[in-house]
Amino acid sequence: MSSPPGVTRATLVKDLRLEWRSKDAINSMLFFALLVVVIFSFSFDPTAEESRRIAGGLVWVAFLFAAVVALNQTWARELRNQVLDAYRVSPAPASSLFLAKVLGNFIFVSVLQALMTPLFVVFYNLRAIGPAYQLVFVAVLGAWALVVNGTFFAAMSVRTRSREIMLPLLLFPITIPALLAMVEATSSILTGEFSAKFWIVLLAVYDVVFTTGCLLFFEIVLHGE
Amino acid sequence: MKRAFPILAILTAGLLTYGLYGALIQAPTEQTMGDVQRIFYYHVPSAWTAFCLFFVNLVASIIYLVRRNPKADALALASAEVGVVFCTVVLVTGPIWARPVWGIWWTWDLRLTLTLVLWLIYVSYLMLRRFSSSGQTPMMAAVLAVLGALDVPLVYFSIWFFRTQHPQPVIGGGGSIDPRMLHVLLMNWLAFMCLATLVCWSRYRLEILRRQVEETQALESLLAAGSSR
Amino acid sequence: MTYLFAAYVATWVIHIAYLGHLARSYARLKKEIEEVNRKR
Repeated sequence: MSSPPGVTRATLVKDLRLEWRSKDAINSMLFFALLVVVIFSFSFDPTAEESRRIAGGLVWVAFLFAAVVALNQTWARELRNQVLDAYRVSPAPASSLFLAKVLGNFIFVSVLQALMTPLFVVFYNLRAIGPAYQLVFVAVLGAWALVVNGTFFAAMSVRTRSREIMLPLLLFPITIPALLAMVEATSSILTGEFSAKFWIVLLAVYDVVFTTGCLLFFEIVLHGE
Repeated sequence: MKRAFPILAILTAGLLTYGLYGALIQAPTEQTMGDVQRIFYYHVPSAWTAFCLFFVNLVASIIYLVRRNPKADALALASAEVGVVFCTVVLVTGPIWARPVWGIWWTWDLRLTLTLVLWLIYVSYLMLRRFSSSGQTPMMAAVLAVLGALDVPLVYFSIWFFRTQHPQPVIGGGGSIDPRMLHVLLMNWLAFMCLATLVCWSRYRLEILRRQVEETQALESLLAAGSSR
Repeated sequence: MTYLFAAYVATWVIHIAYLGHLARSYARLKKEIEEVNRKR
């Protein structure tokens, strides 16, 4: 059980089961994202042409804020029950715990994306002019980028005074290149004006760099000294 | 070592004055932009100085991660703060330059946007240092510094490609530069680097002193608590 | 050229503001050191 993949799987299964019972994170994320979509609709009344241009940005801003809502809770449960101390003294490598958390959050955000996309299509009358299948890559790589950094910085923020605000303060600046890539890729695919290939490659590189970095450094953040 | 400080201070003052004279009087007036272009002599060297300071922060953070040397941590903090100050200068002078020349305050100019993102990353670094509990601050800050540094090339490429798809005005111009202008530019850079060294050094000493005082205070209260039993 | 003037002034205002902040921190720290020494 203390083998790395075993720990990862066990933690992941436990998190998913807990979440399935309470549906806390998914409900709050979903509702928040929906609110963002509706409020944005009030500020813009775009034509189909315009919505294709701005939808990329709107969609990812909504996902970003919704993800932050869920990420803030990632470590709250562990902190409440002193589970983190147990992990610190166990022989399992810190990276297994981290990976489990990231995978759990990734599943939540992916579910969110799957549920929100039809809503966006409806509200903004979206229809992709470019190759729509590429949107799947953007969605997956983009969600991973947000979630891997978000989980990491959430762990860092847990040890700070203004916990909830610290996470976005740390996350947003560093995620800027990934956000730019996600938004531009989505806009390129929707409008069909440019190829999204560069952005997708950039997202992939970003994911590799930061997954490696976060896995390496999580040990430090967990132990805190 | 202590005597070097006043000497450096005088040297810096001299260089800054000479640099100012060079920027305002000595340098030839630019053809297309006129006198406003002289902002260039403060805008660009400030940016280079800020990047050097952030590089010092990266090195100090890595040294801290490897060696746990508290002095490296103090230097990381000092260089980040002073770096943010110089970065702020770049972000303020940039739009002031852009407005009369291109008619707009902001443009997603590659260097300016990169500077903005760096500013954001380092401000978040300083906020982390301020808000986290003192035992863990140095390690977490060092990790953030390294992650931020890893981010920089990605930021550069993402903005670069964004601009190839959405062309924007370039602040600062490209192409060859008049050797007299280059001379003034480099002189101001030297002056700013000396200023940065001075200020960073002061901040570093302040931080070391502050930690010593904190330790003493902690020790005193421990002793007081022990003796009052 | 008001813009040129504004840029140079802004630069120095920012630097002087930071140096002032440092000076105040030093003063505060000196006062704390005196207090600690007095208590001894």
